[in-house]
Order: sequence, then C-alpha cells, then structure tokens
Amino acid sequence: MATTADTFQAHADDHHHDADHKPGFFARWFMSTNHKDIGTLYLIFAICAGIIGGAISGIMREELREPGIQILGTVAAFLNGGEVNFDEQLHLWNVLITAHGLIMVFFMVMPAMIGGFGNWFVPLMIGAPDMAFPRMNNISFWLTVAGFCSLMISTFMPGGTGMGAGTGWTVYAPLATSGSAGPAVDFAIFSLHLAGAASIMGAINFITTIFNMRAPGMTLHKMPLFVWSVLVTAFLLLLALPVLAAAITMLLTDRNFGTTFFDPAGGGDPILYQHLFWFFGHPEVYIMILPGFGMISQIVSTFSRKPIFGYLGMAYAMVAIGVVGFIVWAHHMYTVGLDVNTKMYFTAATMVIAVPTGIKIFSWIATMWGGSLEFKSPMVWSMGFIFLFTVGGVTGVVLANGGIDDNLHDTYYVVAHFHYVLSLGAVTSLFAGFYYWFPKMSGRMHSELLSHIHFWIFFVGVNLIFFPMHFLGLQGMPRRYPDYTAAYTHWNELATIGYAVMAISMVVFFVNIIYAFVAGKKAEGNYWGEGANTLEWTLTSPPPFHQFETLPVIEDKGHH
Amino acid sequence: MSVVALENKNLRTAALAFIVACGMLALGFASVPLYRIFCQVTGFAGTTQRATAEEAAGVKATAMQMSVRFDANTAPDVPWTFKPEQVTETVQIGERAIAFFIAKNNSDQPVTGQASYNVEPEQTAPFFNKVQCFCFTQQILQPGQEVRMPVIYYVDPAILEDENSKGVEQITLSYTFHKLEEPSS
Repeated sequence: MATTADTFQAHADDHHHDADHKPGFFARWFMSTNHKDIGTLYLIFAICAGIIGGAISGIMREELREPGIQILGTVAAFLNGGEVNFDEQLHLWNVLITAHGLIMVFFMVMPAMIGGFGNWFVPLMIGAPDMAFPRMNNISFWLTVAGFCSLMISTFMPGGTGMGAGTGWTVYAPLATSGSAGPAVDFAIFSLHLAGAASIMGAINFITTIFNMRAPGMTLHKMPLFVWSVLVTAFLLLLALPVLAAAITMLLTDRNFGTTFFDPAGGGDPILYQHLFWFFGHPEVYIMILPGFGMISQIVSTFSRKPIFGYLGMAYAMVAIGVVGFIVWAHHMYTVGLDVNTKMYFTAATMVIAVPTGIKIFSWIATMWGGSLEFKSPMVWSMGFIFLFTVGGVTGVVLANGGIDDNLHDTYYVVAHFHYVLSLGAVTSLFAGFYYWFPKMSGRMHSELLSHIHFWIFFVGVNLIFFPMHFLGLQGMPRRYPDYTAAYTHWNELATIGYAVMAISMVVFFVNIIYAFVAGKKAEGNYWGEGANTLEWTLTSPPPFHQFETLPVIEDKGHH
Repeated sequence: MSVVALENKNLRTAALAFIVACGMLALGFASVPLYRIFCQVTGFAGTTQRATAEEAAGVKATAMQMSVRFDANTAPDVPWTFKPEQVTETVQIGERAIAFFIAKNNSDQPVTGQASYNVEPEQTAPFFNKVQCFCFTQQILQPGQEVRMPVIYYVDPAILEDENSKGVEQITLSYTFHKLEEPSS
C-alpha cells in the first residue's frame, strides 16, 4: 500500500468548481448514479433494515425470557388484527426467525458492507472517479429495496399454518414446498431473487471497477486491503448467488408448476436442495465477513501508524478463504446421513480455513505490535472485533468436527457460534468502519466519548446475549423453538437482559449520529492523522461530488 | 486510456463476469441430473445398484451371510396397504435371492404408484444389486386389486473387502410408494 497522501495532497483545491455541482433532491437521491450517494442510500437502508431485524430479535428474546409462550399471542393478534389460534402463534415464531435471518443477511449486513462502504470507498481508494457502471449501481440499490418490500409483504400473506413465510432463512424443501401453502413463501423467494440479482450486478460492477479503473501506478499488489476484500467478495457473489437463484427457482416451480426437483414422489431429492443452498450459503458467510476483514485491516494499520503486517499474506489469505469457502458446504448438513469418508473430508477441509483466518488474526496483532497505538473509537471497535471474531472462530473449529456436530447440530451452540462471527464479528466491523469513515462521509465529527460508550455497552450486551447460548447448546437446547424446559431458564433470562443492554447501546449510537449532525466539529480532510494514508484521505470531508477528474498517480515507494 | 477505450474494456470485463454468473446458474440447474448420476454411480445416499441377470449369474456365492430387512411405506395420499411378505431374510453374500412385497389398493379408484427406494446403512448401497424390481416400473392397481411383487437381488461379495462396511450385519431395504397423477405411457 504505497498510496501515500503526500503525492496527492491539497487535491481538493485544484478541483474545478463544477465538481461540486449537485442535482436537485429528487434526481440526486432517487435517480442517483453517484457512487457516494448510492453508498449513502445503502447505509441508510441497511440501518433501517437493521432496526427492523433487531426489533424482531427483541420480540424473540422477550419470548424466550422464560419457559412457556408469553408474548407470541399478543404479537400475532396485533399483526393479524384479531385473536389467532395457538398453531398460528407458533407459526409466527417461524416467521420471526425467518425474517430476522433474511433481513440481517440480505438487507442489513450485505447492503452495509458491500453496497454502503464498498460503493463509498472502493472508487475513492483506487483513485477512480466513480464505479464502472453508475446506472447499474442505481438498479442494484433499488432492486435491493424492492426485495426488502417483497419480504415485508410476505409477512402479511397466508403461509400455510398462519401469516408469513415460516421456513427459516434456508427455505428447505419440503417445508418450503408442500409444507407451506399460500403465497407468503413465493414472496419470500421472490425477495431473494431480487436481492440476488442486485448483488450479482453489484459484483459485476465492483469487479469491473477494480480491474479497469485503478489510478495509474496502483497495481493489484498496491491496492488497499479493503479493496482486495471487496474484490474477493465480488467473486464469491458472482459464483455463489447464481446457484442460490437456480435452487430457489426450482423451489418456485416445485411449489407452483408441479415439478419435482426436490420431491421424492417424482424422483427428486430434498437433500439436493440442501446441497445447493449451502453451496451458496457457505460462501455467503464469507461474503458477509470479508469486507469487514478489509475494513479492520485499514483501521488497525491507521491507528498503529504502521503499514499492515504481511500485506501480501493478508490479501492472499482472503483469496484462500474465498476459494476454500466453496468446498466445505456440507459441514452445514452433517446430520443428513453423509458417510464417514464424506464427513472426514468436510471436517478436514473446514478446519483448513482456520489457517488463512489465523494468518489474518495474527497479522492484525503483529501490525499492532510495536506500533504507535492510538485508541480512537474505530480502533477500539476493531480490537473488539478481533477478540469476538476469534471466539466465534474457535467454536467454529469445534463445530467443524462431524462427530461433535452430530450432537450440537441445530442447538444454541450453533446459534452462539454464528452470532459471534456475524452479529458480533461482522456488525462490530461495520461499526468500526462507520466510526472510521463517518466524518469522511458526512463532513462532521462524531463524539469520540459517545463512540467509546457505545462500544463498551454494546460489547457487554452482545456477550451477555450470546455467550450463555454456548452453555444452552451444550446442554441440548434446540434452535428454532419458542419454548423450552425450565432447566434452561437461567441462561435465557441472562441473554434477554443482554439484549436490553445491547439495545441501550444502539440508543447511544443514534444519539451520536444526531450529535454529529447538530453539533459535530467540521471534519478535516485527514482527521486521523498520518496513519491514514489511503487515497480517500487526500480529499476533503465530505469528498467533492465528483472526485479524481485528474487521476492521482501512485508512486512506487518500494514498500507495502 | 481514452474514455471510449475504458468503456469498451469495462464492457468486456462485465460481459465476462456476466457469462461466469450465467455459467454458475446453468450449473445450478445441471446439478439435478448430475446429482442423480452421481448417486447412481457411487451409491451415495443409499442408492442401490442395478445388475443384469448375466452379471448376477457371474457372481459366486460365498460362505458369509448377511441379514436383509425389508421396509415398506406409502406416501400419505396413496390409499394402499403395502407390506413385505417377510420382515427379514438371511442370505449368502453373492447369492441371488428373491423377496416379495404385497400391495393392495383399498380405494375405489385405479391408482398408479411409483416406488422410491434406498438402503441403510448407506455405505452398503454400492454393493446392493437389484436384478429385477417392481420399483423399476410404475405399478397400476385397480380398485381392490392385490398384487404380489418380487425383488430379485444379491449382495456383492466385494462388500467383504470394503473398509466402511465392516461389521455391518444387516442391510435394510426400504421402499416408499408415491402416487403418480398422470401416468406416463
């Protein structure tokens, strides 16, 4: 990363004043072709979706606070506009877990990571004026919104036992085919089609931009690691999402047109759906975390005032994670009756992923080692990320074992594991990136104090929610049920208290954003100082509406 | 690079990426026949093998024995009574054996059924050969009709060499009848 600020300092001054000419409100935000505006739209959308998805988990945590059915009846009556029977109440539970999963994966983490930060900072970091296909970028965003609407509509459609699609985010056949009459599941599947098409177009856009539009002198091996992470993510999207599209299209025809791709009555096999889903689903979890890896690399390097340790190793570790991520999918389905050899292969292949992931963790630590550390809010969030992600990684190595997974499959241990890597990993990296770049995007400084308070309350809260789930899982509490035996009460109560703590931290987050816009200091071009040396810091905060009309030239400094 | 040259280059890259995406989509659909072939060839997911009478005749019976358990089910919408004539049978490994299943249509409508099948434990599937089976074709039962249906099978002696099948003393052969709405031909 020889992209130093001094080669392009004071760039904003020599901008033609036309560079900042903005279209009117409607044209700017609804017909936007500007990568920064689309990035902003994605971030706002992701925050809104996150609030809805987070509220749903609040309902679930409240229901699980004690054994028995507490609030499902009230919530179901509210949504249906009248009393509903017990089966419909239980169906609501399935709808809630489905909506929570789909919203958080497709409409919160992915839009924020790739659509939000990717759109905003990939062109800035590689010195490009915009994305390669600005109009396609716009289509991607609005398709994502349409997909979200489709998912919301599905909640108010008949879905078999009650209102809404209660299939789980995996949409397994036969529950999603013969098990769910009514249009709700069709709407949910359509929502995935739209979100998938949006992401594939986004991926094509990123690949083209990164390959063709880097500033003169910026070779692939000089690209900032965040750009590397988005490049690998885009390839994962391009290879994995079409497989999901094929699988859910077959689900749709099985549901509506009498085909039997996944129906044994016509010679199909429901297990094939699981293979297809997880062939997409496993790369998908890396799609959600890799841009986070990229952001953490930028932040750790900035606040250690050192180039990242082992730059090439870090870049190719992400490539390795991406490649190996495609050949480990069956570890999600150890219990479908795989033979011993297959399980052995998938166990070994899954554990291999711990190697490149370990390279990343240790390289972050090695970057900090001997660095001139500054504990600004993005750095604190990043260190929180490294810790939480490592905890999730360790339980991942446990679950990778086919033999152990026979016991832990579909228990709360799995829930704890994937929330440690996603809810605590990916989301923590999102907040790290947010505090790192928010002043760059908005031109206003947030409050460092509030950011730190946000971090500590969030950190305590999420650990309170999810750490007890390890114990619940080891004691055998299964996922996806609104009720449990009294023996599990204690840890569930604690988790619900943790949710309340986490919710308070979100209040601090929004207060911080309001503070920034109302009373925040104006942000300088490079407010983090000399450690921040990628190209976005050579611009003003916020950057001009059109940047890099004269391309920056990256000099070869002979170091990374 | 000029603007036009960059635009052309971008379009080329995007077209390549789009082709890759289409290829993955096609592979997604192609997985259906590929998975079926994979199961048939490898015996994955308990898919039994098919053998001709000549192949069966060429197999030498061994002194080792294997118990075979028979299991019969119907899908919820099939109004049949379907059961094996014998619950278990002990056969010489390599020896050709015959088992009978009885199906009776309890409804007043003719019903066409097709049986799906597999064996458990799954690792024995590559060695479980059927020479003749009612599951190879559709079965049409008239109202009240009862039929006795044979399965001719043998267990390949190669199972004795197989590491994963060591200690297997019984193989369960399971059938499920599904209703065919529109019998083809």
